[in-house]
Amino acid sequence: MTTTHKTAPTTLPRLLGGLEHADGLATLDRHVGFHGALTVAAQPGRPNDMLRESVRASGLGGRGGANFPVARKVDAVLGERRRPVVLINATEGEPPSRKDHVLLRGAPHLVIDGGVVCAAMVGAHEVIIAVEAGSQREFAALDQALAERERRHVDGRLKIILEIVPDGFVIGEERALINALNGGPGKPTYAPPRPFQKGVGGAPTLVQNAETAAQLALIARHGADWFRSLGTDAEPGSALVTLTGAVAHPGVYEIPLGALLDDLVAAAGGLSAPARAYLIGGYFGTWIDAARTSGLRLSNADLAPLGGGLGARAIVALPESACGLTETARVARYLSEQSAGQCGPCVHGLAAIAGGMELLARGDGRQLPDIERWIGLVTGRGACRHPDGSAKLVGSALTVFADEVRRHTVDRKCTGNGTPVLPIPKRAATGRTA
Amino acid sequence: MSDQLRVNWIRCDAHGLCAELFPERISLDEWGYPVIDPAPIPPQLRKHAERAVAQCPVLALVLEHTDP
Ligand SMILES: Cc1cc2nc3c(=O)[nH]c(=O)nc-3n(C[C@H](O)[C@H](O)[C@H](O)COP(=O)(O)O)c2cc1C
Ligand code: SF4
Ligand code: SF4
Repeated sequence: MTTTHKTAPTTLPRLLGGLEHADGLATLDRHVGFHGALTVAAQPGRPNDMLRESVRASGLGGRGGANFPVARKVDAVLGERRRPVVLINATEGEPPSRKDHVLLRGAPHLVIDGGVVCAAMVGAHEVIIAVEAGSQREFAALDQALAERERRHVDGRLKIILEIVPDGFVIGEERALINALNGGPGKPTYAPPRPFQKGVGGAPTLVQNAETAAQLALIARHGADWFRSLGTDAEPGSALVTLTGAVAHPGVYEIPLGALLDDLVAAAGGLSAPARAYLIGGYFGTWIDAARTSGLRLSNADLAPLGGGLGARAIVALPESACGLTETARVARYLSEQSAGQCGPCVHGLAAIAGGMELLARGDGRQLPDIERWIGLVTGRGACRHPDGSAKLVGSALTVFADEVRRHTVDRKCTGNGTPVLPIPKRAATGRTA
Repeated sequence: MSDQLRVNWIRCDAHGLCAELFPERISLDEWGYPVIDPAPIPPQLRKHAERAVAQCPVLALVLEHTDP
């Protein structure tokens, strides 16, 4: 068992600290007892410049998938004239990712503190935290935490509101989320305007992921140098990673950015079966051949030469007993069904790619050249990056599983044992009917 | 400064008119949606680009000015 960290922890865990207890840091006393009290407060209309500069010095990048520097988003919001609001994206609709869920359940006050830090940086009067309808336990944890803070007058005049949005993959895209909060159908809107210009209620909106918020809560306590003492120069800090598939103990782990994949797998008790490949970055990620992962470090800079990136930091170890083509075909169909259904190339292209992959998985490779062409054809041709991310995943499968492609199409053999590895939500609501 | 054609994919209904009006830079994919050639638009083709933008029945084409 770890001891309390009122002083800055010099090593890991940071975000996951205190969560080894059954109910984690759900109460304010436990949270403050472990992390110490947040000393910054939001002053509506008065941005805290020192805090912003400390966040800039930390080099924190957004943890929702795009790794965009937080300080630059804050600058953009501050460049607008109207009163800004803060939106904490706690939807985590990525099926193989559970890091935000774990954080929201175990350390709801840390995420809320992060919302307060965001509000302080831009001088916002309001913070909205959005969760999916299916995240009932996460909602309950946040709801209780907010009630406790209100009773004890923790956040002064700052309004903190918890909102529920429909489940889905694309709802987590920031403009889809804002659209839902504004009473729309929860589909991405055309940009411009971008959220920093016109977001919730038409106000300039600072959108940050739930883990990004939690990281900000710790940076506000311990400073930029402390934050940078883990991770790499270009990608500082720790990060939450969801590791599942063929490992002994699947779950959410905290790593220093740039850690060895081998070390992460070892922390999860090692492989439970020999791995054929790793899916790194969730469903907008890339497959990486297991033969190339020895010594591989988990940072965007280290993954870029392999055509990959950390994305949403969900990692799945695919056992040799599974078929990478069948797995990718299932996910391609899911992603196609999750399309918000409003951009032609996304609707038709992702459906065509899914169909081609299903044929391929059944041993019919006639559409292979078309799949390659469709991947190029959907990329960059939607109102959001859903088609881009989906196409990238399929493209990496065709490269990494080239042997399997040959076995399927030439030898007519699928060596998969048929047990699905990559999770697909049951009754996945299609974006189209939402 | 250069101009770049952009499609508002949420609006575009695959009418295909733009490809008829500006074939030098717009073709159609197999589903009837425009494929924009990213090559710069020289001054002598600007009229075509503007006409395509103006004639799109759902105003889905945008001519954006970008600093190089
Ligand atoms: C299709 C799609 C789905 C997304 N889903 C999520 C999500 O579930 N959670 C999230 O935080 N960001 C998601 N994003 C990214 C958000 O648009 C946005 O960039 C992010 O919430 C910003 O926070 P950050 O800068 O702290 O990462 C998604 C993006 C796309 C294109
Ligand atoms: S690109 Fe696809 S998912 Fe994104 S807004 Fe368009 S139809 Fe919806
Ligand atoms: S004319 Fe307009 S609606 Fe028709 S294909 Fe071109 S952009 Fe789309």
